[in-house]
Amino acid sequence: MPATVTPNRVEPDRRHHLEDHDNGSGRRPPTDKRTGGGGDNDNWDRSRGNYGPRERLRRARMGVFFAIASDLMFFVAIVSTFFVNQSTGHINVYNQYVNDWTPTAVPRILWFNTLVLLISSLTMEMARRQMFREHDAMDEWLGLGKPITRRTIPWLIATIILGLAFLAGQWTAWRQLAAQHVFFRTNQSSHFFYLITGVHAVHLFLGIAILIAAFTGLYLSRQLETRQIIVDSASWYWHAMGLLWIFLFALLAFCQ
Amino acid sequence: MTLPNQQVLSPKLYTRLFTTDHRIIGLQYLALALFSVTIGTLLSLVMRIHLVWPTWPLPLHGLILPEDYLAVVTLHGTIMLFFVLTTAPQAGFGNLILPSQLGARHMAFPVLNALSFWTTAAALITLLSSPLVPNGAAISGWTAYPPLSAVAAAGPGQGLGMDLWLVSISLFALASTASSINILTTIIRNRCPGLTWDRLPLTVWGWFTAALLSLIAFSVLLAALLLLFCDRHCGTGFFVPTGDLVNGVLHRGANGSPLLWLHLFWFFGHPEVYIAILPGMGLTSMLLANFSRRRPFAYRTMIYTTLLIGLLGLLVWGHHMFVSGLNPFASSAFSVSSIAIAIPATAKVLSWLATIWRAKPQYTTAMLFSLGFVSLFIAGGLTGPILAQPILDQYLNNTLFVVAHFHLIMAMAGVFGLFAATYYWFPQISAALGKPNLILSESLGRWHFWITILAAYAVFLPMHLSGLAGEPRHYAQLTTGSLTPTTALLARTIPANLHTTYSAFVLAAAQLLFFYNLVRTLLRGTPAPENPWQSTTLEWHPQFTNPFFPLPASDEETEKIIVYRDPCHYHAPPSGTIFIPQWMPDASIDPKPE
Amino acid sequence: MILASAPTATSPSAFWYLPIDAAAHGPALDHHLLLNLWIALALLTLAHLILFTGLILRLRSEPTHIGRIEYLPLAIITTLFIALAVRAESLWAANRYTGPSRTALQIEVTGVQFAWYFRYPGPDATFGVTRPQLVSAAEANPLGIDPADPHSIDDRVTSKLVLPANREIDLTLRSQDVIHGLSIPELRLKQNAIPGQTVHLHFTATTPGTYALLCTQLCGLGHFRMNATVQVVPWGDYIGWLASQPTEAHQ
Ligand code: HEA
Ligand code: HEA
Ligand code: CUA
Ligand SMILES: [Cu+2]
Repeated sequence: MPATVTPNRVEPDRRHHLEDHDNGSGRRPPTDKRTGGGGDNDNWDRSRGNYGPRERLRRARMGVFFAIASDLMFFVAIVSTFFVNQSTGHINVYNQYVNDWTPTAVPRILWFNTLVLLISSLTMEMARRQMFREHDAMDEWLGLGKPITRRTIPWLIATIILGLAFLAGQWTAWRQLAAQHVFFRTNQSSHFFYLITGVHAVHLFLGIAILIAAFTGLYLSRQLETRQIIVDSASWYWHAMGLLWIFLFALLAFCQ
Repeated sequence: MTLPNQQVLSPKLYTRLFTTDHRIIGLQYLALALFSVTIGTLLSLVMRIHLVWPTWPLPLHGLILPEDYLAVVTLHGTIMLFFVLTTAPQAGFGNLILPSQLGARHMAFPVLNALSFWTTAAALITLLSSPLVPNGAAISGWTAYPPLSAVAAAGPGQGLGMDLWLVSISLFALASTASSINILTTIIRNRCPGLTWDRLPLTVWGWFTAALLSLIAFSVLLAALLLLFCDRHCGTGFFVPTGDLVNGVLHRGANGSPLLWLHLFWFFGHPEVYIAILPGMGLTSMLLANFSRRRPFAYRTMIYTTLLIGLLGLLVWGHHMFVSGLNPFASSAFSVSSIAIAIPATAKVLSWLATIWRAKPQYTTAMLFSLGFVSLFIAGGLTGPILAQPILDQYLNNTLFVVAHFHLIMAMAGVFGLFAATYYWFPQISAALGKPNLILSESLGRWHFWITILAAYAVFLPMHLSGLAGEPRHYAQLTTGSLTPTTALLARTIPANLHTTYSAFVLAAAQLLFFYNLVRTLLRGTPAPENPWQSTTLEWHPQFTNPFFPLPASDEETEKIIVYRDPCHYHAPPSGTIFIPQWMPDASIDPKPE
Repeated sequence: MILASAPTATSPSAFWYLPIDAAAHGPALDHHLLLNLWIALALLTLAHLILFTGLILRLRSEPTHIGRIEYLPLAIITTLFIALAVRAESLWAANRYTGPSRTALQIEVTGVQFAWYFRYPGPDATFGVTRPQLVSAAEANPLGIDPADPHSIDDRVTSKLVLPANREIDLTLRSQDVIHGLSIPELRLKQNAIPGQTVHLHFTATTPGTYALLCTQLCGLGHFRMNATVQVVPWGDYIGWLASQPTEAHQ
């Protein structure tokens, strides 16, 4: 069998992602609008498969959503541990059941941090929206510079700064607690305070790394779709972490 | 001569190794699993030998101490369950076959895919290095119950060895999560035109459900591992109760609960065992149908039962905890949900039996192994509902009866799924290696099958009796030398144990046939026809089976893969074509289905 | 090879290798277990018969009637499983839903890596308090019983579990260090002992004899040798034996 087929000569690093409707021979306008009638797969419909203009973006978004879903389970597990541990005491030598949970007072600065994080979600959403402005996308396609990047960058920088401010705020909160001699090891409640805020901070740290990657991507990538994907994915992740923080904060502030 | 779509043939080792080509990644996973299964099997032989000849000195090591035995059990369970039966069916064959079955050329996230593989490899290396550290590998079983696993003083191997176990499994959990994100997204978004949900092969449904379960279960495991790590190193006590006195070390003020670990672990652990078996179930359905030349019986019901098993699988974790201090009312609830899971499982068995009923199937090796899967699944599954009754588990828990249950249904049925997959998809494996359409020797395969299935039953059926006689798991020795009632009780099991050990040798030796077959075929196999099993699913589309098939250079030349029908369409023999692949467009050969 | 070691016990459960049964709740449990095992064996055989018949019959025919082939047998097997579950649940409820009667004999069992200790509360029917700080096997106080507590004076700690026949026993399970599993196969009992928690288990032993008590939860390197002897004796012998054991006060 193989002998009868003559292999084509193919340039090895030619980029063509057929499934992404990118055959390497020029791009179509990167917009959601169907130009219609073209016959080149424009008016494709779902039943014929997942090939289409926005396919890569949709795929990335779905990946991010699944990742967030599994991350959510991670926090669900930790929060359940929190509730179980909170209600667990022990039987002391006099055969009495004692529960010596002493709530950790939430440092005031966390309220401020929460606000910062909320605002950062807004700026992130602004950044995301800039990526999909029909008008600018057309401009880019026509070769009129990178207006989208230009418009997005400020919002992205704002988000990064706010994110860093949040992390700095968390750091301050830990320092304040430490000053009151509440450490990770101190008691049951403090374990959770540090664990939850810490694990969340790690997530945000990762988030900032992603934002910085998006920032670099905005400069480096020529392809609009790639830029849209990184900013879009980063922003969903960021929103999820913001929302998660509200829950975690509420838990620490009101459910102890 | 450069070959178009095969990176594997690129001369540079680096590009071959760190490829993002899903097929090569699939092969890498399979190679990793094959390596792991070899180690896991050798470890199981060490256990079997030690149990009946406790004074046998392990070469290069010497006498097997109790802690050595426990380290071996732990490594065996961990390697087999994670690095063989989670890796090979889901990540290995999943990567190799899944995209082609969807008519897609890539996984959704190729780079993430490669990262997942290398993380898995790092996890394996970490685990395998744990016996080398001072005090040796962890000894707390694959379930790692605290405080034994939480306190370094609790035994040898519970120091650095246990830490390495934790790191290894954490890495594995991350990799599995990433890989399941990839699989889910691929299934949802990379299907080719025409491949609607109800036209998906049942294998895809198996991978899909298993990926959903991994997504949910592995993150919970990861959280539990993190908490356990904190207990070990950060002075917390999530799983260590106040006043716990281990080996002279007193733990104060932690107020933790060991039971909490059990909940978290089994919330993961039970779905995990279904992750191991679901792809095999899907494949069995498809293979029985393919070689019987008919549709899997009750196709839609099969889809629903797959999903239902996945869903119920999330609700039954407490059946591992009936005698662990769980509230007796909760035990009853978990018992009911566990027995409920027997219903979709039975539905599957019935469909398999109906599919092959008077079908005059072709007895290829792949078919034989699928039939073996059915047999072993029934044999192992039937003891499931027995264990799921708390009053009976109060006698059977942690005896070899449980070990027999899960080896038949998981180890043996699961491995039979892998064998069926290997014999069936070998042309795909060889194509990915650039040697198109090689088939494993069928006559060797038949020998392999018959010896393996007979030996499997010979190993694990008598094990039920050992368990019923009262032999507990994790016993490094069956006698302690002195004449106690325990010795008398366990002495009754020694004949059965001897039998098990001898049979285990036969079982392991039979695998040499398999390895020989693999090597021989790869070295001097002769090519088979393009679609040797006359299968109807997309991975046999000429574009996928033939590495020499030119990849279209431009859109105009694209031979789009389009799906026109459900899998498994076959004609009655008189007409010429008796199988109609999913991609075959001609409507004339496609009479109204059913 | 298996037959060669057929158990000496003459009970009908010999086929399944079950050890003799010496507890009041045992016969019902055994009966249900054997029922389950036979049903499983029957289903296993039946399924394989169907499998082989289907393979052997040469005449090819399509299965069509999904109701008859899939759902009807499914309904039958489901009913079977439901019946078994109901029976099992009622047995479980009888054993575990309710506590022991007030007159049950109190015994405390403590698992320690790698030994079992049994404590009898003495005439005051109350166990003295224990403190982990006081634990010292060398000073013959493996449980850390506080001598200052008046309740501990008449406590007796033994390494053998002696039970009077036909008296309800209320076992209090504890563990000092890691999870252990208390299992007495001949009494059809199994329950884990969890550190930081006390678990109660009540039962009545009927047949006098000497039985094995094993640890069935992996607890470390000595797990396999963490066993003890259980002796079920008539009431009179029990009283005599207990009196012969030293109390905490006389150690
Ligand atoms: C996949 C899972 C798997 C597999 C295959 C096996 C295989 C075997 N196991 Fe294992 N076992 C476990 C999972 C598995 N086990 C687990 C989870 C535990 C519990 C651990 C714990 O308590 O912590 C356990 C425990 C366990 C015990 C109990 C120890 C104790 O508690 O004291 C024993 C004792 O006999 C045992 C024996 C064996 C034997 C003789 C085999 C033989 O069957 C080995 C022969 C091997 C094969 C037949 C496989 C060959 C397969 C291939 C070659 C496939 C290759 C194909 C591809 C990769 C594509 N095992
Ligand atoms: C692939 C893995 C796998 C699968 C599929 C199953 C399937 C099932 N398991 Fe198993 N199980 C394990 C792997 C698996 N198990 C492992 C690894 C352990 C031990 C973990 C450890 O402690 O280390 C374990 C332990 C385990 C326990 C705990 C025992 C104990 O520790 O005391 C229980 C208790 O309920 C249980 C129940 C079940 C049930 C109800 C099913 C059901 O899903 C079974 C459903 C199948 C059937 C019911 C068969 C259907 C067929 C028929 C009914 C025949 C039809 C007949 C005719 C047509 C005539 N399992
Ligand atoms: Cu104690 Cu095992
Ligand atoms: Cu389970």
